[in-house]
Amino acid sequence: MSAPCRDLVKVDQELPPLQLPRISRTTLALFAGSSGDHNPIHIDIDFAKAAGMPDVFAHGMLSMAYLGRFLTRWAPQMQLRQFAVRFAAITPVCAKLTCTGKVAEIIQRNGEVLARLDIGVVDDKGEVKLAGEALVALA
Amino acid sequence: MIDTQHIGLQLPTVRFEVEKGRLRFFAKATGETRPEYLDEAAAKAAGYRSLPAPPTFLMGADLDAGTMTALLDTLGVPIGRILHGEQSFTYHAPVCAGDALSVESKISDIYSKKNGALEFIVKDSLIKDAQGKTVVEARSVIVFRNPQEKSA
Repeated sequence: MSAPCRDLVKVDQELPPLQLPRISRTTLALFAGSSGDHNPIHIDIDFAKAAGMPDVFAHGMLSMAYLGRFLTRWAPQMQLRQFAVRFAAITPVCAKLTCTGKVAEIIQRNGEVLARLDIGVVDDKGEVKLAGEALVALA
Repeated sequence: MIDTQHIGLQLPTVRFEVEKGRLRFFAKATGETRPEYLDEAAAKAAGYRSLPAPPTFLMGADLDAGTMTALLDTLGVPIGRILHGEQSFTYHAPVCAGDALSVESKISDIYSKKNGALEFIVKDSLIKDAQGKTVVEARSVIVFRNPQEKSA
């Protein structure tokens, strides 16, 4: 896979969306273990209820990891210069997420041509869970 | 209220070795199946020294070391009341399996919104390679919800 070419990348161009399978409790357990985030609010329903939540909910970083997959499908990871998100809403267990993004502008920085991407994660009701941006160096 | 005297607090430096097994476990958990993230030969063919650490993987360094848990204790924030508000990474060089990293973090800001119903803790980290060169910069904003209520 090679870096997207500056001559072919246009403003408003959409990236191919990444649809994720429904988030299961198993996914949350595996992500807790592999990410190092053992906060019981994501894996222990008793703890979540005691903390005032109706159920466990997904790690924000799980959605950001999905966005990372989405970005590195469009361009090799070594082209990624910056990746920033704001977590807008809690993602409950069983949510069905999709990563989306488009080219917001083309800029030059440090001798490189970069695509600034507006990126986000939405659920199947259209609620935005994460919104952010990424800078990707073009070839 | 979290005491704002903690602004500027330098956290203990964390050592973190990027391990192949952990990377494969992370790939499994996040549904990543592409060979360059699982197979070393494929990673090398794609131009990496070894399996690359995915863009968000290095969050694990502070978490493994218990830095976040210790920080919440210091600030008097119960773990059941935090949310992740924002996260960003700036990448200067690829990080791959076998890399021995150090993470230097500090609390760069503490502030509140909505008349104190939400408090925010900003942590900035420099992730350095074995030569001391910064390979990744990371910023986390942690939200403490309803700090005036009794702890959960």
